[in-house]
This record gives sequence, C-alpha cells and structure tokens, in this order.
Amino acid sequence: MSELTAPVPAAERQASLWSDALRTMIRRPDVIIAGLVLLLVFTMAAFPGLFTDKDPTVCRGREAKLRPDTWFTGDHPLGTDAFGCDFAATLVHGTRPTIVLALTVIIVSVAVGLVLGIYAGYYGGWLDTLISRALDVFIVIPMLMGAILILSLFRGRVSADTLFETIAAPALALSLFGWMEFCRYTRAATLETKNLDYVVAAKCLGASDRRIMFKHILPNAIVPVTAVVPTTIGGIIVTEAALAVLGIGVQPPATSWGVLLSKGTEWAGGGYVYLFAWPLGLLVLTVFAFATFGDALRDALDPKLR
Amino acid sequence: MAETIRVIGDTLPGADLNAPLLEVDDLRVEFQVRGKRVPAVRGASFTLERGRTLAVVGESGSGKSVTSQAVMGILDTPPGHITGGAVRLHGVDLLDKDEETRRTIRGNHIAIVFQDALSALNPLWSVGFQIGELFRVHRGTGRKEARRRAVELLDLVGIPDAANRVGDYPHQFSGGMRQRVMIAMALALDPEVLIADEPTTALDVTVQAQIMRLLKRIQAERNMGLILITHDLGVVADVADDVAVMYAGEVVERAGIREVFKRPAHPYTKALLRAIPRVDAVGRELEVIGGLPPNPASLPSGCPFHPRCFAAEDKCAAEVPPWLEPAENHGSRCHFAQEVYTDER
Repeated sequence: MSELTAPVPAAERQASLWSDALRTMIRRPDVIIAGLVLLLVFTMAAFPGLFTDKDPTVCRGREAKLRPDTWFTGDHPLGTDAFGCDFAATLVHGTRPTIVLALTVIIVSVAVGLVLGIYAGYYGGWLDTLISRALDVFIVIPMLMGAILILSLFRGRVSADTLFETIAAPALALSLFGWMEFCRYTRAATLETKNLDYVVAAKCLGASDRRIMFKHILPNAIVPVTAVVPTTIGGIIVTEAALAVLGIGVQPPATSWGVLLSKGTEWAGGGYVYLFAWPLGLLVLTVFAFATFGDALRDALDPKLR
Repeated sequence: MAETIRVIGDTLPGADLNAPLLEVDDLRVEFQVRGKRVPAVRGASFTLERGRTLAVVGESGSGKSVTSQAVMGILDTPPGHITGGAVRLHGVDLLDKDEETRRTIRGNHIAIVFQDALSALNPLWSVGFQIGELFRVHRGTGRKEARRRAVELLDLVGIPDAANRVGDYPHQFSGGMRQRVMIAMALALDPEVLIADEPTTALDVTVQAQIMRLLKRIQAERNMGLILITHDLGVVADVADDVAVMYAGEVVERAGIREVFKRPAHPYTKALLRAIPRVDAVGRELEVIGGLPPNPASLPSGCPFHPRCFAAEDKCAAEVPPWLEPAENHGSRCHFAQEVYTDER
C-alpha cells in the first residue's frame, strides 16, 4: 500500500484563552508599568527586610519629626514620625497588613460569591430566591457604610497582637459586603450554561450535580469573575484606608497604609507633609495599578473587544 | 485487558435478566404551559431487546425526544411531568427510583448520543479528559489508566491517530469526528441501551452513512439495544430492526422495518412513504402530507391524524382508534388498520 497518510503537523499548541490574554496584555505599556508597581508592592509585603533594616517599633522620642532632608540617605531616609519611629520602616512594614487584608477579603468574597451564585443559578427555586434577595439586601448597602456599621460593633473589643487579629475584624466586615458582585456574575453564567447540551450530556452520563456545577459550569463563570477581581482589590484597599481614617479599621499600634494616612493627616498641616504624602502616594499608585491591570485584563479576556 | 465483570444487580437491584431489556409501557408526559397541561407524550409503548435496533420515527413535536428524555430521566421538571406509564429496564421500573439511583443508571445502563456534538461536548476540556472523567468518576480509575482507556475508545470509534488526538479540544475536530467522540463517551461505561437522538442530522450525507455504520457495528459487537430517534426514514432503513412511528405524542404504528416499508398499516406511515422522492418518478409532482402537525394543546377529536388522513371517515373524528394488529408483531392505531395493511385504502 502506498503511503497516503498525511504528514503529521508539527505539534502546534493552540493558544489558550489565558496565554492569548497575557500576550495581549504585555503589549500595553500601561500594563507593564502597573505590573512593576504591583511587583514592588507585593515584594514589600512579602519581604519588608529588603527595603529597610530598621525596626518600625523602635522609636526614640528625641528623634521625633525629623524631616527627610537628606533624601534617601542617612539614618532615616524618609524621616521619622511624631514618635520618633523611622518612617520608611513604618511604611514598608505597613504594606503587609494592607495587602494581606485586601487578598483575604477578595479570596473570601470570590469563594462565597462563586458558591452562592452557582447554587442559586443551578438549583433555582426557593434557594435562588433566598440568595438573590439576600444579595439585593446587601447590594443596596454601600460597602463602606456596611463596614462602618459592622466594625463599630467590634470597636475597642479586639486585640491586635498578631497579623490575623489585626485584620480579622475589617476583613470580615469587608467580605460581608464584597461577595455580591461575584455572586451575580456567577449566577448569570450558571443560568446561561446550565441548559447547554454539554451539561445535559454530562448529566446523561451520570455526573453528579456537584460535579456538573464545579467541572462543567464553573469554568464558564471564571472569566467574567477574574476580570473584576483586580479592580475590586483596588476598591478594598481604598475602603480599608477610609475605615482606618475613621478609626475603625486596622487598629493601632498595628499599621496599615490607612492607619498611616490617618496619623499623617494630623501633621500634614504643620509642615510635615511627607507623613501624609508617602502613604497616600503609595496607596494611589497601587490602586491605579490594580485598576489598570483589571481594565486590561477585562479587555484581553473579552473576545468581542479583540 | 483486565476487565472487571459487572454484575447488573450491583447498580440495578431487582434486575430480572429474563425480562425485556427496555420496555416503555404507556408512557405519558405532560407539560405545564401557562397553567394549562399540554400532553406531549400520550401513551408511548415499545420494547427493546438486546442486540436489536429500534427506530423511533416522527415529525418535530411528535414526542420522540421527550420520550427519550423521560427514559433517561432528564426531563425538565417543571414544566415537564410524567403522568403515567412505566419505563422498565430488565423489569425494574425506573420511574419510581430516586434521583441517586437514576444517576447511576445513566451512563452505566442507558447512554445517549445527542444530535449536535459540538454543543454536547464541553468546549473547555480536552476530549480525553471528558471521556476519562467517566472512568475516574464511575470506576475510580487512575488518571493515566483513564487516559489509556480514552485512547482505546477513540480508536474504537474510528478516530485516526487517537493517541495524539486525545488531548485535543472539541473545536479541533470536524463534525463527523465530534459525533464519533460523543459516541465514544456514550460507550465508555459499556451501557446496555444506547439512545441516539438524531445522531446524524447535523452531518452531511456521506458522514451520516459512516456514523450509522459505526453505530450498527458497535451495537452488534457489544450486543447492545439501540434506539435511533430520527425524522428521516431513509437513514434508518438499513440499520434498524424495528420501527415505532410516532404522531402527536403516541406510537401509531410499530412493526419490523421490512414490514413497515412493504406494508404499512397506518395511513400516516403510508403517506410518509409516498412522500419519499423516487428516482423513477421524474417529472411527477412530489406527494406531500397536507396540513400541519396538530398543536398538542388542542388536538383534534378522535384520531389526531384524521384532518390530514386520506382514508378518514366520520368515525375517525368521533372515536379514538384502538390498537389493532393486522399481522403478528405489526400494530397500528387506526380504525382501518386492516384495510390499510391490505392496501384496500
């Protein structure tokens, strides 16, 4: 028999949705800048020792309120605060609670939103009614307002010895008012997917409800949810700062950018602008970076915009 | 290949192997539409034996797909409700089983192949994963072994170079190949009954023939019962053993395939056969069945086919016709079954 078999084409990997999205994104300079900012911030949160060798808890009264005249050199590159603590160290060490809080809130919100959304969409009926009405109730209360409400209950009653205790109360409050958007996206994606032939086909081959939900329906909901995650993280950081300024977020002596902002405002008018400007700058930069990233991610994942 | 021998009673307690493989007995399904109950299936009955192929033929809306959904247990409830009858697998009525039992029956005992394989395969997973998933979930097979079995199955259904294509996604296959993948998935757990719901409608004619031959071959090899649901008499002609013709939610004629083609006993079947274009009838006008299929919400009185029937008389509008058997194993729901059978009408 003659050789009639077609030559096997060289293994040409089909680009996946995610690698396509990544390729689209790294072509945009704003995304690269945002990525670098986020990398810096995450490194600060993970390894504060790389940026400062000072201990933010060692404060000397006679060194209080030293202005950073020497510009990134000398003993206190960013000066000291009202209590004589090294401000660079305070700022760097304040990054971790901020970032950990934001990530905790987003993880809890996404998890709760996905699970509730998929159950509501898949089973429908009274469960859907219950979850959707609860969602309506939570969604009319702005996140900040709701968090203020919840946190005023905790005020002064929580210790803040460990990182967990520091962020537990604000994380709980913010998560409580953060899951709705993810729930809505997931529910919508579930409703769209659950009657598709391949879900029915999976059912016909004896797949259990849970398997259908998490193996066949959930992957469809992941894309719209992923696109809103970075933007939401930015929002959470801002809300945390607002709570701290109001004195009910992360509780001093623990620090976060919000706490630093709150303390900085007291001195900014008296000529110590840097105490206010640095945390504000860092916060704004980070939030912008997340927003840019989220925007680009949404564009890259949306096939209609390609 | 080490194959564990599956005992029917494990997954289907009370199974009687002497009973018919699948028996649908006077199945009735109604849909709740805007407060009204609309009958979609009004007493469908047929029997499927091991190694036989039953073609269920009917127009759109005749209730053939709803029947298969009810048999599978995937009817959307609400709005669909099974209001009567029985679906017996090895003598065990499936309709009074709980959802969990029915789930183990699906795939293990009864599997289904859908019309549009592109939408019936999950676009997000490779075909190897989707086939292997069945082994991993139902049989607890390891990942590697599941993949090996997936390759075997793809090979069985005639996908060339199966070992290399097992990691491909559904969109990378052509229509016919996708339908083969669907068939491979349905066969994975070695079901005894395979329902093919218009398996070739979305394919072009040459591929249709290939798929039908594939189904026939596998059915013979595995001694399965095969139900072919179709609206195309031509497709089933050389594959099916028996035919059940459905009209307005009921089986109007049931017989062996040759019998039906040679001597139909119901005017509807007869009219359908006359409507098949013939090569030797060049220049003559194509015969059609006048009118439209009835709306199930307001069926005509008596015999639902009478407004379109060439043999109808006053009696047909007044009385529901009984089930008559003009010949052995040849039944028809028509007052004049005998006359139609003997070609007097």
